Amino acid sequence: MSAATFDRRNERVPLAPYLLSGPALLVLGTLLVIPLVATAVLSLHSFSLYKGIQNVYNFDNYVDIFSDPYFYAIYARTFRIALIVTLLSILLGAPEAYILNRMRDPWRSGFLLVVLGPLFISVISRTLGWALLFGSTGLVNQGLVALGLIDRPLQFMYSETGIVIALTHVLVPFMVISVWASLQRLDPQIENAALSLGAPSGTILRRILLPQVLPGVLSGSIIVFALAASAFATPAIIGGRRLQVAATLAYDEFLNTLNWPLGAAIAMLLLVAILAIIVGCNRLVERRYAQVFE
Amino acid sequence: MSRNGPLALVFHGAFIVYILAPILVVCAVAFTSKGYLSLPTDGLSLRWFHAIAANRDFVDAFWSSLWLGTMSATIAIGLSIPAALAIARYRFVGRDAITTLFQAPLMIPPAVLGIAFLRFFTQAGISGTFIGLVLSHVVIITPFAIRLVLSASTGMDPQIEHAAISLGASALATFRRVTLQMILPGVVSGWVLAFITSFDEVTMTVFIASPRTTTLPVRLFLYIQDNIDPLVAAVSAALIALTVVAMIILDRTYGLDRLLVGRGSD
Amino acid sequence: MSFLVLDQLTKAYGDVIAVDRLSLEVAKGEFVSLLGPSGCGKTTTLQMIAGFVEPTNGRITLDNGDLLSVRPNKRALGIVFQSYALFPHMTAAENVAFGLEMQHVPRAERDRRVAETLSLVGLSALADRFPRKMSGGQQQRVALARALVIRPRVLLLDEPLSNLDAKLREEMQIELRQIQRTLGTTTILVTHDQSEAMALSDRIVIMNRGRAEQIARPDEAYARPASEFVANFLGKTNQLAASIRETDGRKIVSIGAALWPAADAMHCGPATVAVRPERIALTANGGVPGILRHRVFHGSHWLLQVETDAGAVTIIRQNDGQALPREGEAIQLSWRAEDMSVTPGKGPDA
Repeated sequence: MSAATFDRRNERVPLAPYLLSGPALLVLGTLLVIPLVATAVLSLHSFSLYKGIQNVYNFDNYVDIFSDPYFYAIYARTFRIALIVTLLSILLGAPEAYILNRMRDPWRSGFLLVVLGPLFISVISRTLGWALLFGSTGLVNQGLVALGLIDRPLQFMYSETGIVIALTHVLVPFMVISVWASLQRLDPQIENAALSLGAPSGTILRRILLPQVLPGVLSGSIIVFALAASAFATPAIIGGRRLQVAATLAYDEFLNTLNWPLGAAIAMLLLVAILAIIVGCNRLVERRYAQVFE
Repeated sequence: MSRNGPLALVFHGAFIVYILAPILVVCAVAFTSKGYLSLPTDGLSLRWFHAIAANRDFVDAFWSSLWLGTMSATIAIGLSIPAALAIARYRFVGRDAITTLFQAPLMIPPAVLGIAFLRFFTQAGISGTFIGLVLSHVVIITPFAIRLVLSASTGMDPQIEHAAISLGASALATFRRVTLQMILPGVVSGWVLAFITSFDEVTMTVFIASPRTTTLPVRLFLYIQDNIDPLVAAVSAALIALTVVAMIILDRTYGLDRLLVGRGSD
Repeated sequence: MSFLVLDQLTKAYGDVIAVDRLSLEVAKGEFVSLLGPSGCGKTTTLQMIAGFVEPTNGRITLDNGDLLSVRPNKRALGIVFQSYALFPHMTAAENVAFGLEMQHVPRAERDRRVAETLSLVGLSALADRFPRKMSGGQQQRVALARALVIRPRVLLLDEPLSNLDAKLREEMQIELRQIQRTLGTTTILVTHDQSEAMALSDRIVIMNRGRAEQIARPDEAYARPASEFVANFLGKTNQLAASIRETDGRKIVSIGAALWPAADAMHCGPATVAVRPERIALTANGGVPGILRHRVFHGSHWLLQVETDAGAVTIIRQNDGQALPREGEAIQLSWRAEDMSVTPGKGPDA
């Protein structure tokens, strides 16, 4: 490892940074690009039950997906769930981040740990907890009955509602992180300045705080939406075999039906859709807010 | 800074209950004395924890995950340290692009990555092998490792390395005695975060694991698909306990809040 | 005898010339300052001597050996960086010992020399403390000790005192000079602070845009600045509009009714007079008339801002207890002919 931390030969391009980042670049580059390209190619193949994967090249799989209402329903469900989860995480996560921000230590860092800690716990364990809570004799239903809100237990397991609740739980910490980060960048004196100019607290919230926090909410939304749309474990466990989303559908095609080309096509479509949304929304956020914050 | 009103605190309380409920339930059910899913209303029992030890599948999967996590995290850190130093110290053509590329794996849905690796490994003949798992995990966890080592490296005063050189240190001595020591918190926390991410990883791994090389989360997932019983609750509870230990380590070396939201409490 | 020689040292970054053919000979044990505004090339020069920047042209010789061919970690130079660059994970003693470790000095001797040097800078009590638990002044001394303990052939100081507050800076300047005199180490100091350079150095190199405008003893450079830049950079100078005329075969320079003799070689016509604030006195009559606009108190002295027809003038008056004119009062200024310099042919710069 060369310690060329000083400026030799600055007429020539320094080699050191390329040598240093080379190994990581090589590993990530090849292991990302080649498999994805291979999958894209795979999606162009055909499959038959008896002959296996056939090395032909056509768009049949994609045509299939776009024309069959079965697939449409699944993608629709995937993005519907993702949208609802995103909205819920904004409604829950953003205020929570704000409330945490106003706390004093030690409560503040303590609760922050509690809210963000679950990110380190496997999604399986967290979703298992919801599976335990749902169910006709699960705690949620017991609680609701006890509170008199319902007469008979509701169906949470194997329902979209259940998936939404569990998935929001898994992903809301990301929203909290994003909103918290943009709250940290706020100069606390701005609020004081507004107060000194006579603004009531509702106005301060609406016209001063919210606009500054909005970029954080937006970038958090992008993250949550992308993760929700590509979620696998939670929909698989809570939704079961009957309620498919895009990722579980791909899993099914790959490991059960063994129709790899179709599975690959499903995956590619999901990838393209999510990348388009991420990049598109990021551009929007940057363009809208770049002048304010950079 | 103004305080939170009662409405805010009620909301906060409900939120915390929402966050903790599933985790607490899992831990509670793990201690049940009954042979089926129930809360330990009759007192705590360790029978299900004993059952873990007796379950060959889970024990093997645990060691598999541990070994996989250790190897992947170590490789990831090995790649990350020079890369982070390169980005932090030099201004060079392609620096921004490379920095973005290193975070690229995070943008790709894990399910898609799982499929892609499955295809690639099958064609390369290493499908279902441990090596395949390691490679795929390295790809997924390196972005985290790089991010942490990078943040430790960018905070470093470049003149400190100059000082070491001016005092006679060779390139290797400078790295060993000065640079590495200064970025050590980033390296350790990068390793731990990478390890945790690998250990918890399920979505991508479920596509590429084979019966011989199953990881613990995948084993849990497959088990849950058939039935849910206190055994999985016990395994999860044990994992949660281990996670808490790992979090404490992270907090001591780096500061958890700084890790998660980039701002320390010191 | 020249110990360190810079010969036509040049550094160009593309079209920008950071250091332009700098030549300098430093004697053994001499304290030389590189002084100038930011961007003048002084730090780049230091970095070339240290080996962190490679010169585009020119040579550096140390003790008759070519220095440029020696790698930076073998040049045996002591460097104190502007940010001190202490190793944060090592105590003060470990920091100071580092250079000796790299030289493979045996443990016993190492410890002895570390203790010796720490006591030289007055930090024996803090040997086991970490940098982050030290004040700026203490960190600065550790950095100095670390550079001195290796018995460097040349000590390079890169604006080492600029992060200290004014009072501490003054104390450190005195200490630095004492230590340097005691050890006899050849020293190069880079600074933008002209009073610091003048206070500490045997000679100053005043640099501007990569060039050495003057290399001289501080009092020489101050009294006889080689260029307008030097005159304005070292201390303050007043510039006044005057005119030169001839009377009875002699040249006279005049501002209003005030007259001084001028050199015969000067052309008649408009001219600029430059005179330092501390050389101007208040007189009852025969001087340059003006109105006192502001009095600014500086503890040991007053600054008087005076408005005259020839331009704005600043005067320094010692706080010696004598009465001062009040603001708005009309006063007259005078000075000796040998305290001013006359430049014929143009009016004063704005």
